[in-house]
Amino acid sequence: MITLNVKYFAILREQRGLHEESLETPALTPEALYCELAGRHQFTARQEILRVAVNDAFAPWQAALRDGDRIAFIPPVAGG
Amino acid sequence: MLSFALSEQTLVPAQLSALLRDESCGALVTFEGWVRNFNEGKHVVRLDYEAYPELVATESQKILLEAVALFECKSILSVHRVGQLSIADIAVWIGVVSVHRENAFKACQYVIDNLKLRLPIWKKEHYLNDETSWVNCEGCQKPAHQHRILA
Repeated sequence: MITLNVKYFAILREQRGLHEESLETPALTPEALYCELAGRHQFTARQEILRVAVNDAFAPWQAALRDGDRIAFIPPVAGG
Repeated sequence: MLSFALSEQTLVPAQLSALLRDESCGALVTFEGWVRNFNEGKHVVRLDYEAYPELVATESQKILLEAVALFECKSILSVHRVGQLSIADIAVWIGVVSVHRENAFKACQYVIDNLKLRLPIWKKEHYLNDETSWVNCEGCQKPAHQHRILA
């Protein structure tokens, strides 16, 4: 198990009910982590329409997670 | 100057463009993105912007550096609002300064197009007679959609 800090934004923040949390997980990749969290919190966004950031930089879904990483799932953006 | 910021305060164009004064340059091109009172047939009454500040900082810096490299402009300043906005508020302001106007026009267009596509900023619209919605996030709300894509 590793401990991660996870940030939620926009629709994911609303569905999770909080902006940030620290959690323990067996997930080895962001993809596995999203699958775990989506099941637990009934996230409606499919992974395919999201991006992921690890330690505040965009990262691949198959990146190797390490203890202490900061993860954020990025719903489709709408700035401007 | 090469700067992007998020702000919870009302944007004042005259104050922002004053920061860009440069006696060696002949052009300032600015863009203001305004909050419109309708979107996709719905009457918008206000909206909320939310951002991921750490990732906005790194990604916006990349965009500004790309614009300078592509179009040889001298300075770029851009500010994007977060928090609650009302109709007609300025949501985003961009100012680009260059020696001649052509590069400033092109760089300004490049910056707004890429900010919209790439920055982790989200917009929630509040409507007169409909439920609120996160813009561009229609697919977030319809898990049934998945079956159609996989079929």
